[in-house]
Parts: sequence; structure tokens; C-alpha cells
Amino acid sequence: MSIRGCRRRVLPALLPGLAAVWLCGADAPEVHVAPLDSVGPRTMELQTQSSLVRDYLQSWQTMAGAFEQNRPEMLDGSFVGAAKDQLLNTIRQQQKVGIETLYRDRSHDLRVLFYSPEGLSIELLDKVEFEVEVRDHGKTVAKEHVRTNYTVILTPAESKWKVRVFQGGSEPTKAVESDRGLATSPAIRAI
Amino acid sequence: MKLAILWLALAGMFVVDAGGETVLRFPARVEAGAAFSVPTVGSGPASLYIVGPGGLLRRQVQLGEIVVFAANDLEVAGHYVALLLDGTTSQSAEFDVVPAPQVGIVSFLAKPSRISVNVRNGLSAVAYVFDVFHNLILQPQQVSFQITDASGRAESRSATTQNGVAWVRMNSAAKAGVAQFEAVTGNIRVKRVVQQVPGDPCAIRMAAHRSGQRVALETDPVRDCNGNPVPDGTIVTFTETHAGGQSTVDVPLKRGIARTELPAIAGAVISVATGVVMGNEIHWNGGL
Repeated sequence: MSIRGCRRRVLPALLPGLAAVWLCGADAPEVHVAPLDSVGPRTMELQTQSSLVRDYLQSWQTMAGAFEQNRPEMLDGSFVGAAKDQLLNTIRQQQKVGIETLYRDRSHDLRVLFYSPEGLSIELLDKVEFEVEVRDHGKTVAKEHVRTNYTVILTPAESKWKVRVFQGGSEPTKAVESDRGLATSPAIRAI
Repeated sequence: MKLAILWLALAGMFVVDAGGETVLRFPARVEAGAAFSVPTVGSGPASLYIVGPGGLLRRQVQLGEIVVFAANDLEVAGHYVALLLDGTTSQSAEFDVVPAPQVGIVSFLAKPSRISVNVRNGLSAVAYVFDVFHNLILQPQQVSFQITDASGRAESRSATTQNGVAWVRMNSAAKAGVAQFEAVTGNIRVKRVVQQVPGDPCAIRMAAHRSGQRVALETDPVRDCNGNPVPDGTIVTFTETHAGGQSTVDVPLKRGIARTELPAIAGAVISVATGVVMGNEIHWNGGL
């Protein structure tokens, strides 16, 4: 079940035993949250569930703004540690070559994988769809629709959850050992 | 012959779709920090873009030549879009950069950093495993957690990472003092220090002797139930009850022992306590 609504009025629609749906506006992403009551090892309080989703969705807005405007300092609001460093390096590279990238998240399907026993980290999986537009010296050179997974680790900061690991790509726990390197190319398999 | 096979393999990354248009095909997965190459077809100059939140590359390439990516070109795991633009046509592909399989960094959190001895499942240990580029390794990895107390006695548990994280709960040791808490995976070993403090007093016993007009009281060394000395500063309460009323003195432990003096009143009952533990009683009859 998924509904569109307004990002600024994120509703903590966490119904016991049911998937939660965040209602967002017309241009805001569709957000689906898997039930959080069975996540372990720590029990997640309702307030934590609500702020986690709100802060994570906000991190996409933060990233989109920073990448569109090539302003790495914007990342401070939502990112820390390795995630911030990696995004910051990419923005610096964009600045260097005169590129801006516009990320517009279209849908998020969130599942919390781990809530640490001392409450200091949360890992979640986001099956996300977004559009990325590439501008080279102000001119749009490409727009792509992307569907992928993000494995995200958030840690509590002063007043919100911040993203510490933000890793796209392969789904967690999926065996990729046999898929490593050139041998994974569909074309090579065909040969 | 090998070269011919390699060329065929690389050329195979371009497929022709139903409309006859060439589509750029990267390897589905590339290991972080690994060199790889991608062929191009056609002729003339083009711009190649590799775009993702984790990295960005722009290169001028010659169509028809092989584009080589050096080992340090893509070190951040993630999902990338590759775009090849030659002014009139564009081709795109998507691929994943996956973490290197070798563990390079372990983020290890042991909590709490101070705990009483002998607390069952009182310690939690969480380890996130990363490759050298700080990419979270999602493939299962074995992590060994070991706690070694001040006497050198060790207890260990193993856990396998799931989605890049392994965690265990462990008992605190019986011996008070500094304990080393380690997480080990592959050849990476990360240490944390946990201060294990004595538990509550297990028993308390005092002795008394006359000191002029007063009675001098002194406890035996106060220990917890595991024989660890209870920290200095722990309050011991001496109470003297007699016909005229009651006197109470609170005394902090010094070097494990509490001492005080109370008026020597014949017939008084003197008791001692600390925390929730009651000690012995002395019936003062004027001598001892």
C-alpha cells in the first residue's frame, strides 16, 4: 500500500502490525515503511520510528540540494562520517569539472534491518527510485530514471538521526561472490 | 587467441537492441578499487560521464577505443550511471561498484564503558565491517568478540555479520579492573577498554574496642560477592542504640575499611550496614 502526499507533513502513520505509509505531496516521493515492531535487537520506540523516517527522507532533500547547488556545506545537516566525506568529495569533483547533478527521489520502500542494543545505530534498506539529471556547465546532458537499493546506517546526533553510511547498489545479504568481476557481464555470459 | 577472446568479451558489453541502437553495457558489478575497462564502438570524440552520489568522473574518449578505469578511479561502493555522449547520440548504462571483499576497517562499539562485575549479558558489542575504502561489506564475515579481565581470564563469542553488522551480548567478568574488549575479523583487531567495577558489598563485619570514654569501631575489608574490594568512598553506617536514644555515623570506606568512634555506653547495641547489607551487632557491656 502506498500513497502520495506532502513531505512537509510527514505523518507518523505507524499502525501496529501494518506497514506504515507516509503521505506526501504531489511532487514528493511515495514512501512505504515496513513494520518496525519486530526489528531487533532493541525495541524501537514510536517516536524513534517517526524521527528516523523523517530524518532519512530529509537527508535525500539535503543531498539533492547540495548536489544541485554544488554546496558541500549543506551536507552537514544530514550526514556525518564516511557518508559525508564521500558525498563531499563527489561535490568537489562536480565543482572541479563544472557539473551539477539533480537527484529527485520518486519512491522509497524502507525496511529497518538492525537497531543496535545500545540504541546508537540503525541500519535500514531503502529500495529507492529516483531521477538523476546531469548538467554540464548549466546544460542538461542526460536524465535517467534509476531503481536501486541503498543500505544506510544512521546514528543519533544532537537532535536528529544523521546518515553515517549511505551505500547504493547490491541488496544486502545477496550473494555476489559468483558475480564478481568481468565474468558478471551478461554479454560475457552469452559468449 | 586469448586476446581475441578478451576482445570478443569486451565487445560483447555492447548489445544491439531491437531498434538497432547500440546500448552501452558496463559490467554489472565492479569491485571497489579495482581496475577495469569498457569498450566503445563507433568513431570520433565523445564524453563519458560516470555519475553517482559516491563519485563522479568525466572523460573525453575516442569511440572505438577501450576506456580504461584505473584502480583508484572508483573506490566508493554504490550504484552508478554511465553516460556516453557524442553530440548526436547518447548511450547509458548502470552498474554497481561493490565493496572489496577484504575487511579493512572495523567500527566497534562496546557499551557500557563502565560496568559492575558479573553482570549477565551486561555488555553489548556491535561491529560494522568495512573494506579499506570505508564501504560496508555486505557479504557475511565472521567476527570474534573477546573480553579479557584484569587477571587475564578471557571469554569469547563469535558472530557472523548480517548486512555488514555483527553483535553479541556478553557477561562482565568476575574480576574488577580494566578489561580489554576486542573485536577480531580477518587480520583486523580493534580494542576497547571496559572498566569493570566491583559490585555491591556482599557482607560486612566490624570489631570494637575501648578507646578511653569511647568505643572504637573498625570493619573488616569490605568486598563484593566475588571478593573484589568495594571502592573507597562507599558509605558505611554505624548505629548505636541505647536507652537514651540512637546515634548514627556515616563513614566512607578508606582502603576498603571504615573506622569510627562512638560514645561507650553500657548496654548499647551497635550495628553496621552498607547499602542493603546489614552486618553484625555488638552488645556493648563496658568491656570486651
